[in-house]
Amino acid sequence: MWLWFHKLSSPPYAYRTAGRLRPWFLWSAILLLAIGTFGGLVLAPEDYQQKDAFRIIYVHVPSASMSLMVYVAMAIAAAIGLIWRMKLAHAFAAACAPVGAWFTALTLVTGSIYGKPMWGTWWAWDPRLTSELILLFLYLGYLALRASFEDTQRADRASAILAIVGVVNVPIVKYSVVWWNSLHQGPSISKLGAPSIDPSMLWPLLVMMAGFVLYFAAVMCDRIRGEILRRERNASWLSEITVGT
Amino acid sequence: MSAPGLLTLMRLVIGRDLRLALRHWDQVAQPLIFFLIVTTLFPLAIGPALDELRKIAPGIVWVAAMLAALLALESLFRSDVEDGTMEQWTLSGQPLSIMLLAKTFAHWLLSGLPLVIVSPLVGTALGLPSSVWPVLAFSLALGTASLSILGAIGAALVVGVRRGSVLLALLVLPLEMPVLIFGARAVDLAMHGESVVGPLNLLAAMLLLFVSLGPLAMAAAMRISVEG
Repeated sequence: MWLWFHKLSSPPYAYRTAGRLRPWFLWSAILLLAIGTFGGLVLAPEDYQQKDAFRIIYVHVPSASMSLMVYVAMAIAAAIGLIWRMKLAHAFAAACAPVGAWFTALTLVTGSIYGKPMWGTWWAWDPRLTSELILLFLYLGYLALRASFEDTQRADRASAILAIVGVVNVPIVKYSVVWWNSLHQGPSISKLGAPSIDPSMLWPLLVMMAGFVLYFAAVMCDRIRGEILRRERNASWLSEITVGT
Repeated sequence: MSAPGLLTLMRLVIGRDLRLALRHWDQVAQPLIFFLIVTTLFPLAIGPALDELRKIAPGIVWVAAMLAALLALESLFRSDVEDGTMEQWTLSGQPLSIMLLAKTFAHWLLSGLPLVIVSPLVGTALGLPSSVWPVLAFSLALGTASLSILGAIGAALVVGVRRGSVLLALLVLPLEMPVLIFGARAVDLAMHGESVVGPLNLLAAMLLLFVSLGPLAMAAAMRISVEG
């Protein structure tokens, strides 16, 4: 039962598997993103209150959920790498971080664009905005720590500890920020998820979310391959592959 | 020779660190002076009116304390790693996490406690009424202890990195934000005569969490830094 797990930890196998899976992920992502975009921008009815401006949620919400999901995935991979000394898990975590940071940045930017017509301001110290910003700082700290080591193995293990400490802290940050905000009168726009959303608006959102996940998977296949190439640049299996083709 | 018990071990480490610190008084005083200078900057930047300063005084004191704690962290493990003491500790067979916890506690006695002691003075200078002093000092005592532990994890991670001080700030400050939120809020609530039980309990809960899990992360991080 653990065979696939051990197989996956072998760099040549993982390299080939990632290469084989990549087109499947990529094309299904493109398909779903196209359907979702068409559904969200054309088919979904305009909101009675927010008019067309609400349509940015079809980018904003999926990237927000990805930003958190990628962080958790990164921390889990880091823990696996630390516990089972699995180099490939570290490579996965290393590949996650920049993608996650970009999802977070995209969330902040689209949220800001969304906030201007809705709240009349580019930025509000709303709990979700603030905790998203802190999440971006956590990603940047992780990237900075990783970049400061020259030795890949030390960078892997040190940044793994930071990712694990960070993931323990994320709920604390989240709830402390909510609590911090509830004591001040924040902009009392009702939250997006809670009011029931009409199915005609919901389905493109779900399609977009699935598309984002698949896009992330496709990008990760590429990034994992890059990481493996960089880490195994002296390995013999690699020269066999590259010389053979 | 039998192995010392955990409490003996902690006492030895704390005693050693305090003795070492006593011989470098100037270094111990630096974060404290920094704390006083930073709190002086705010009236200069905002204006001398105490009514205005009072409103933001809890935030000023807490941000300044956080930065002072950060400044003190830089030297926490560096000399021990450079002269090989830390390597001996990792090889000693004694639990490294307990020794690092003891070291962090000694560090808090030298960097956190002085801030707690001078905080009423700073609070008064910023217009906080004397009724707030106990809450200010107590919240700082709980909070700076949490900051010391979180900071020690970061310091153990970057101790092998050259010019790690900015990096340390980048790693540690986002993790410390909850402490700042609850600490400053406790003081703010006390100033408005409201109950401070909630935020103080949360600060204490966070401290317990960090005391119990933090040393494990510190030890793991230190092993990576020393072995490399």
